[in-house]
Amino acid sequence: MGEHPDFDGWVCPAPLRDTPTIVMGHGGGGAMSGELIEQLFLPAYGGAARADLGDSAVLAVPGLREGARLAFSTDSFVVRPMFFPGGSIGDLAVNGTVNDLAMSGATPLYLSTAYILSEGTALADIGRVATAVGKAAESAGVQLVTGDTKVVDSGSGDGVYVNTAGIGIVPAGVEIGPTRAEVGDVVLVSGDIGVHGIAVMSCREGLEFGTRIESDTAALHGLVADLLGTGVDVRVLRDPTRGGVSATLNEIARASGVGIELVERDLPIPPEVKDACGLLGLDPLQVANEGKLLAVVPADGAEQVLEAMRRHPLGSGAARIGRCVAEHPRMVVARTGLGGTRVVDLPIGEQLPRIC
Amino acid sequence: MRYLDEFSDPDLAGKLVDQIHAVTTQPWAMMEVCGGQTHSIIRHGIDQLLPEGVEMIHGPGCPVCVTPLEIIDKALAIAEQPGVIFCSFGDMLRVPGSGKDLFSIKSAGGDVRVVYSPLDALTLARENPDKQVVFFGIGFETTAPANAMTVYQAKRLGIENFSLLVSHVLVPPAVAAIMESPTCRVQAFLAAGHVCSVMGTAEYPPLAERYGVPIVVTGFEPLDILEGIRRTVIQLEEGRHELENAYPRAVVAEGNPAAMAMLRDVFEVTDRTWRGIGMIPESGWRLSERYARFDAEERFSVTDIHTDESALCRSGEVLQGLIKPHECAAFGKECTPRNPLGATMVSSEGACAAYFTYRRLELVES
Amino acid sequence: MCLGIPGRVVRVLDGNAGMLALVDVLGAQRPINLGMLEDIGVEPGEWVLIHMGFALERIDRAAADAAMSGLEMMGRGPSDDQVGAGP
Repeated sequence: MGEHPDFDGWVCPAPLRDTPTIVMGHGGGGAMSGELIEQLFLPAYGGAARADLGDSAVLAVPGLREGARLAFSTDSFVVRPMFFPGGSIGDLAVNGTVNDLAMSGATPLYLSTAYILSEGTALADIGRVATAVGKAAESAGVQLVTGDTKVVDSGSGDGVYVNTAGIGIVPAGVEIGPTRAEVGDVVLVSGDIGVHGIAVMSCREGLEFGTRIESDTAALHGLVADLLGTGVDVRVLRDPTRGGVSATLNEIARASGVGIELVERDLPIPPEVKDACGLLGLDPLQVANEGKLLAVVPADGAEQVLEAMRRHPLGSGAARIGRCVAEHPRMVVARTGLGGTRVVDLPIGEQLPRIC
Repeated sequence: MRYLDEFSDPDLAGKLVDQIHAVTTQPWAMMEVCGGQTHSIIRHGIDQLLPEGVEMIHGPGCPVCVTPLEIIDKALAIAEQPGVIFCSFGDMLRVPGSGKDLFSIKSAGGDVRVVYSPLDALTLARENPDKQVVFFGIGFETTAPANAMTVYQAKRLGIENFSLLVSHVLVPPAVAAIMESPTCRVQAFLAAGHVCSVMGTAEYPPLAERYGVPIVVTGFEPLDILEGIRRTVIQLEEGRHELENAYPRAVVAEGNPAAMAMLRDVFEVTDRTWRGIGMIPESGWRLSERYARFDAEERFSVTDIHTDESALCRSGEVLQGLIKPHECAAFGKECTPRNPLGATMVSSEGACAAYFTYRRLELVES
Repeated sequence: MCLGIPGRVVRVLDGNAGMLALVDVLGAQRPINLGMLEDIGVEPGEWVLIHMGFALERIDRAAADAAMSGLEMMGRGPSDDQVGAGP
């Protein structure tokens, strides 16, 4: 760098390589989470790891009815605040695992619940969380069959972390998986995008912006049963939680080796979400959902599935949002409202409000 | 009217695009100064709609990108001190210093918080009288009044545990520096609308005159940007070089006098280093003598941190419009938003990040 | 530098020397600091441009209307059937 401003030789600082410690972004469900699994967990597990450690595993187990398989899933819940408009960490803990099972086509049956509590946490809060867990399980028709409780020394006083694991049965003939999307298939979403993430952010410390929006947390296995009931060969089902629609579609595109093209003006984004995203500089496609699913289905069955979804209370806002294409394999691209295109990328780590 | 959705109407955008095509007879290169405009242009695919040869050069108006490495290192040094609550905009957390970023300080136990407004930091200071609360005050003229107002309030209310780490930068000196650069190929500027909401437009006619470039004050929604481009092309085609205001709903010529008075009170003009570019004389603001005791650099004795930047990428050429982001060999390989080599990749408003996020399609196909 | 969002003033909040107002920002009501518009004075119902919790400038409704109707007029004429054919 010389004495004068040098626009030609605009130089850059040394690169920041991966940190030696965990940062929040590792839990964001985006590229950093993926790297952690691929570069640390899978090599460390060696031969003991089966497949890709995805959201849920579908396993052949001796003794099940012909063609039926066991679905198995686990998920931990650390959401802050614990209580937010439309739900709590307890609702998420049940619905999240139920949905992971449901996305493999399984009927969820049994759940475990494990609590990690930090000392100083009010019993009343834990009671509210536990009540929510009970109600959500009852409403989802799953039984809570085993559990565990541990207390850790931390002292922040708001520490309730919940892990749930679940099992369910995938009926014979149901083959749903992230690698099955094909060129020509249609992408459907079961309703409004971005609602949960904005509801949580709307009451997070420092970002309170008082919106009326409530989390969409819900158990989706009933909706899944209806859409499987159409007899259409549903290829992929996923609930776009952390990282939002963007992360989920990128994962599908990569796993299936197809390109995905979204049409922005067909995306069901409620005005409150659009506005909150405008305010915070976020992309609605990267905001988390807890009661929505994405379905990839053959084009000739799309209308049928869409109708089935719309008849279900949790799918009344279902919409066709895009299709699988041969161009730009493994990438997701959106056609903008003005007729241009943009790449819809896998989020990196945490969603950061863009203020400037 | 909500002054938002109406200005991204696709039908009206189509009309504006047609108008731009109708008035364009030759190639033109214009620079949008502001990173928010870059983001909007790429996000909506606006540059794909322009006539062949009408080129948008992405300017240095991303405050996160140009915040000097030295200031980042100072921020990191302050944020890792015990008893400090370090408050920042979200974008800044990922910006690398000489070996760490604010994320890694946070993961090592530092109290780093993302806030929406500097006033939130002031509230934190009031609620935590036993802590030192520092706000990372970066940005252009748009953001400066909010920071000025917050320091003013801190002084008025006697909130002594609040301080500001300041690295403000100014648009007009950057425009002049770009035009003075020997390889400059910018023929016109879209001026940053919200900077002008605060500062007015008086600084720009002399620049338009001296360098013979049209300067059009432009907003941020798609129609605003297209209208700014349309007016710029008309000026270029007619051989004029004037200041025009294409964002009159939010910009008046005299700016916001109260905000400017506040800025004059709290800040004073200083030479400022722009990350990767170098020192541009009188291109920034620092706290004035009257507010020196709220200066975090003084309070935490980090004034003697000096960091040199090392040459690794070509963001200078990107900035100048000499190359597009993907023409840099490191783009998308060694250099990604996950591991930014250059300032332009760091912030979501940076040109390289915008390309990486929205534009790889064309790069794959070409 | 740039995320400026329009909002409509609902009412000026008591205290705070009249500097704080409740502003409807995209459907959510936020306290916004009006200190920078003290000289101009802002009435409930008026629109302001908000940046980082502060109102930076009053939005000129007449100028916005004029710009919008200018755009709507644009391209009217023989070629009108070609324009606006996009999405």
